[in-house]
Amino acid sequence: MELICPAGTPAALKAAVAAGADAVYCGFRDETNARNFPGLNFSRDELRTGVEHAHRSGVRVLVAVNTFPRAGALELWHRAVDEAVAAGADALILADLGLLAYAAERHPGQRLHVSVQAAAANPDAIAFYVEAFGVRRVVLPRVLSVPEIAAIVREIDCETEVFVFGGLCVMAEGRCSLSSYATGQSPNMQGVCSPAGHVSYEERDGRMLSRLGRFTVNAFGPDEAAGYPTLCKGRFATDRGAGYLFEDPVSLDAATLLPALREAGVTALKIEGRQRSRAYTERVVGGFRDALAALAAGREIDTAALADLTEGQATTTGAYRKTWR
Amino acid sequence: MQLTLGPVLYHWQPDDWRDFYFRIADEAEIDTVVLGETVCSKRAPFFAEYLPAVAERLIAAGKQVLLGSAILISLPRERRQAAELAESGEFMVEANDLTCLRYLQGRPHAVGPFVNVYNEATATWLAERGARRLSLPPELPLPSIRTIAATLPGVTVEVFAFGRVPLAISARCYHARLHGLAKDNCRFVCGKDPDGLPVRTLDGDGFLAVNGVQTLSHTCADLLGEARALAEAGVGALRLSPQRCDMVAVARVFRDVLDGRCEVSEGHRALARLYPDVPFANGFVHGVAGAGMVA
Repeated sequence: MELICPAGTPAALKAAVAAGADAVYCGFRDETNARNFPGLNFSRDELRTGVEHAHRSGVRVLVAVNTFPRAGALELWHRAVDEAVAAGADALILADLGLLAYAAERHPGQRLHVSVQAAAANPDAIAFYVEAFGVRRVVLPRVLSVPEIAAIVREIDCETEVFVFGGLCVMAEGRCSLSSYATGQSPNMQGVCSPAGHVSYEERDGRMLSRLGRFTVNAFGPDEAAGYPTLCKGRFATDRGAGYLFEDPVSLDAATLLPALREAGVTALKIEGRQRSRAYTERVVGGFRDALAALAAGREIDTAALADLTEGQATTTGAYRKTWR
Repeated sequence: MQLTLGPVLYHWQPDDWRDFYFRIADEAEIDTVVLGETVCSKRAPFFAEYLPAVAERLIAAGKQVLLGSAILISLPRERRQAAELAESGEFMVEANDLTCLRYLQGRPHAVGPFVNVYNEATATWLAERGARRLSLPPELPLPSIRTIAATLPGVTVEVFAFGRVPLAISARCYHARLHGLAKDNCRFVCGKDPDGLPVRTLDGDGFLAVNGVQTLSHTCADLLGEARALAEAGVGALRLSPQRCDMVAVARVFRDVLDGRCEVSEGHRALARLYPDVPFANGFVHGVAGAGMVA
């Protein structure tokens, strides 16, 4: 299985390449990609240099242009597609139908991947993209169990890529407006979720409240570390009490499922975290490289070593195990 | 400007569901009605036996009937349902996921608010494959709506104008999770909350509403004040999403405001009487936080 690693910056790209990535994925420094965070991503020149660097080591570069273009401003997204192709990207990761059509028509030889943001969750939806645009790979949404993934792989005519580590969307990706409901900015339109510019913290009665927009997303006691107010991982109240209604503040770690994912016929494993530090990228990529080597050699995977990489955060295997639902 | 009644998103008791639509057929000034279970495939069998009678009564009352497909399709059973829906051909299908579109291509169909249509290129691409109606994602701001509608004068462009706004869909059922149940053995606890389960912040502010695998806004959309601008932008229909209130009267308020029989401010007050205790919002169409109400 290929190891697909995040490259939020040119430095992280180099770190991922050195640590044993088979491919890295990255985006331009604007709203055309779903990790449009301050200080992240690539200029056109940086991408060109990054592609050259990666290719010298035999590592491929996948460029995400995976937000949904703003009506009346398609040119920005078209330019991102054209420039990624010109920079030598090995594949484009796209979500919008109109943009897929543009890329397939304008760059017929270019390898196209369906972004997780497109939420192609079953063989019919995937076949739709294969038939319409000739896509070669689909990044599966994080709503499927491993047996469901195996069934999909058997039925479709393209490769599959699944997330194995890092941040975890609780909602179907690309179909969530929670962030724009609270802040006016969404993953689909602006490439941001629960954006930092709308975050505030307030101490009240000995508790630290984290807020997004005008909504309190969590409250922490003196003995708790105040976490970032990502909407779907906040504490809320219902008539049945208060707590983590949607999901605990966990991250995804599917290391224990690597044998099952290989058995399922998955082509590529993806690590989330373009917003993470270069050092983090290096450690996680290295850890998964070791795990894949162990898997290939029939040795036991050192899942404890990978668990250390979560920096003390609780983890889940998410929807990959059916009981999560 | 036409009015569309979106599908009931909640798990209503079958008799309530049937009686609701019978009254819509008999009394509501609504042009198009979308039927079908779009949120959770486990609920569909409960009212399946009533569906033909409901559709027949709506058609007899002169309303166009669309059948909505499921929003999130992952199980083999759900795929079969989607394929059967698309191939039955009896009613126009409103596709809420690309699964259905595979079967609908080349035939007239509608595209629901859960397909990501954010721009004129995607809208055009879908129209070329048979989309006759496009119900746009609720988070779209007015300039985007205007551009899409201007590009496709032959397609009915629709905007979500009343009801709690669907914000997210998940593989996980939050109703089951809250009740300590597994999704496969959920006992249909979502039926206890026919208007959505209120979710408050820890400060006690209303925030969201949970409906099984779906999450909606606590606020209720009210685009009465934007109706004229939307009409001028080329929008052909407003979608009213059923809540547990007098939807016949809600439709009448919208019709009266659209036809100039009632001032917008009076319409807002009428909606507040019909659906009390829930704040109204129009932020999305103004390009700000969706929970906000721009005067």
